[in-house]
Amino acid sequence: MDILGSFALLLAFIAAAYAFLAGIAGIITRRPLLKKSALNSGMAIFFLVSISVAVLEFFFFTDNYSLAYVAEHSNRALPALYKFAALWAGQEGSLLWWSWLLSAYAFFVLFLNRKKHPELMPYVGVVIAGVQVFFLTLNNFVSNAFNVLAAPAASGAMNVVSLSDGRGLTPLLQYPEMVIHPPMLYLGYTGFTIPFAFALAALLGRYPGEKWIHITRRWTMIAWMFQTIGIILGAHWAYNMLGWGGYWEWDPVENASLLPWITGTAFLHSVMMQEKRGMMKIWNVWLVFTTFMLCILGTLLTRSGIVNSVHAFAQSSIGGWFVSFLAIILVVCFLAYWKNKDYLRGDNQLDSLVSRESSFLFNNLILLAACFAVLWGTLFPVLSEWVVGSKVSVGAPFFNEVNVPIALFLLFLTGVGPLLAWRKTSTDALTRNFAWPAGISVVAGGVAFALGFRNFYALMCLILGVFVVLTIFQEFFRGARVIAGREKSNLLTAVGSLTMRNTRRYGGYVVHLGMVMVFIGIAGQAFNKDVRKELNIGQSLRIGPYTILCQNFDQVGNNNYQAQRASLEVLRNGKSEMMLFPQRRFFPASGETETIVATRSTPLWDLYVVYAGRSPQTGNPVIQAHLNPLVKWIWFGGIVVVLGTLLAMVPNRRAAIVLVPVRERAWDGSVVPAAQEHEVAVVTTRGASDG
Amino acid sequence: MKAQKKFAVGSLIIVATLIGLAYVGYTQSKTYYHTIKELATLSPVALRQRMRVSGVVENGSIQHVPGQINFVLTEEGKTLPVSYVGADPLPDTFKGGAQALVEGNLMSDGTFRAEVVQAKCASKYQASPVAPNAAQAQPGQASPASKGS
Repeated sequence: MDILGSFALLLAFIAAAYAFLAGIAGIITRRPLLKKSALNSGMAIFFLVSISVAVLEFFFFTDNYSLAYVAEHSNRALPALYKFAALWAGQEGSLLWWSWLLSAYAFFVLFLNRKKHPELMPYVGVVIAGVQVFFLTLNNFVSNAFNVLAAPAASGAMNVVSLSDGRGLTPLLQYPEMVIHPPMLYLGYTGFTIPFAFALAALLGRYPGEKWIHITRRWTMIAWMFQTIGIILGAHWAYNMLGWGGYWEWDPVENASLLPWITGTAFLHSVMMQEKRGMMKIWNVWLVFTTFMLCILGTLLTRSGIVNSVHAFAQSSIGGWFVSFLAIILVVCFLAYWKNKDYLRGDNQLDSLVSRESSFLFNNLILLAACFAVLWGTLFPVLSEWVVGSKVSVGAPFFNEVNVPIALFLLFLTGVGPLLAWRKTSTDALTRNFAWPAGISVVAGGVAFALGFRNFYALMCLILGVFVVLTIFQEFFRGARVIAGREKSNLLTAVGSLTMRNTRRYGGYVVHLGMVMVFIGIAGQAFNKDVRKELNIGQSLRIGPYTILCQNFDQVGNNNYQAQRASLEVLRNGKSEMMLFPQRRFFPASGETETIVATRSTPLWDLYVVYAGRSPQTGNPVIQAHLNPLVKWIWFGGIVVVLGTLLAMVPNRRAAIVLVPVRERAWDGSVVPAAQEHEVAVVTTRGASDG
Repeated sequence: MKAQKKFAVGSLIIVATLIGLAYVGYTQSKTYYHTIKELATLSPVALRQRMRVSGVVENGSIQHVPGQINFVLTEEGKTLPVSYVGADPLPDTFKGGAQALVEGNLMSDGTFRAEVVQAKCASKYQASPVAPNAAQAQPGQASPASKGS
């Protein structure tokens, strides 16, 4: 069986190499059959890698410990769900998983477009195949998941051996979210290959028109959505699994997942400048390139151990491969850009500082600054060692100091940007659009201040959050009111109808709404409380309005783990509210211990209790309790962001009538006063439609 | 052109502010990272700085004494005695043979006073002792994997 898996993997490599070389040959010789055969080969990779993945899963599920990878990451007592997830528990499997997801993306892209864009697709196929060649090289020749266990026989020959049981999956990964978090994040990482392929292909092939930018945007949205899900789930996992009461530590691996997300976000905004005004073409292409390179860099950081991380992966030799690959991509991108610079000439320039364009420019500037700061901070130990010879690392204060103001400024732009007109906004329009939201949010800030909110950043976040939410509601309301008037329907139906006419715009607003919720949740951190106390049976501790009374310590377990468990009663105002059971689990197969946090989560706050083990001084059990306000808003906001993204991907329902003269065709030179700008006008513009 | 100039000025102000903030954050949180070998060669000023040192916890060196936990870190044959004085219980992964990262100050008597100890399990994530490939495997590399970390 393992031969089948590794053979399929080898064939996949050959197919990728063929797709790459035959694709180039097809483009040069302009032979349609060769191009077609290259693309077919690109699709075949998916089936071949699927066989490999299926074989590896088969080994996990049949408890066959003759493969080193299976023996290292699974054991018989492991629940079936985690046997499935053990596939990506280590480096070899993760890279195989990368290849498989990429091959799946490639298959769908090539299949869905097999009859479209005959001039563009061969280039796309070549770029994707090039990336696949790299990963399949790693899968086959550098980090192969199908290596068998072997022991020397008396004669000195190597015999294949099989272990009776594996060494178990690391307990950190034995958590339901770990079954979906890595696939989501990897779908994000791999997904950014597709927009990269389209952008590079369009540049190399000098593909006429703007079609490619629509396709690129669409695939970026898909990858971005998965990346968002992955990041949020990762934060949620860290919060519930690592037991330190937080969800984000600015750890290199976390940062690595954030970097392409930031540039992807920047692209999704600046792409509108290109679609509507024909501006920022060079910038956009480089944003797509950068996003993909950051994905590769992220994989490098996660896998090579060049920066210290709590994720603590091995210091493996794989770093050199990634560095080389990154260098190749950079050179290819640069050459493609240099040769086709004129293809990216912009059509327009910035007209006014108070305009939609300028808000997008600032949005991009700020996002890129955030990306740069995070990258700089993450690589600082490496950079400082190169430059001054001693390793200096920076911690959370560095990242927060820079990124908190950036986040607040972004929040401000989120509120302001969508209400500014393209080209130029009149003072009159400013007053009309912003008077109410700005007034109410300042009042809200004043009330909060009077109630005792003194933390500057949290207060700013509240004011800006209220501002953004009000501007979004105002947008929905104004548009819906016009539609309701025309169609004689009620306001709520009109909101639905409005949204479906321009899903991209209103889906975007929903994403913004979700981001506000996430920001509010993060701002809650300013009011975190925690108490650590040695707690024997009968003793209690107080945190916020709660009293935690220790009832009992006992042992629970199954054949996968044994756990020490604390039984804690949560009392509020003297009344018993619930029981919490934080645990410390010991996993015999891996010899590791894991903390199981117990939480009482409400929209207002989370009571988060950890059984931290025995005190090093007295040997008494230590209970650590955190009261974390508003954390739930982050998870809920994440769901809203994803729903908004999905909404934005739904094709628009065609508008039956043109309601208002189109004003967004600003590039024909006619400037319509901002006063006439309205949602319904957008219904008829091309912003509404893309392939 | 005017709008572009304004934008450039605005950008400059933003970037300058962020660099300033970054510098503040940097001075607040910079931590020097030294190897045990380097400690002997540091200047007196550098020795007084807060720093991080990593190494492997020597087997059998962990001693619980009232108020602190003592252990020895080793790296490339050099050793460093460490006293952990933090209040947090040590991570589960902290045990003999594990890789540990300690953060704190070096005392004048040569012991390291650690306020934070991070540890990662040595065997779990690292290249396993099992053979990388049947064909390439060297005798002795293969092992019917010993349990534990």
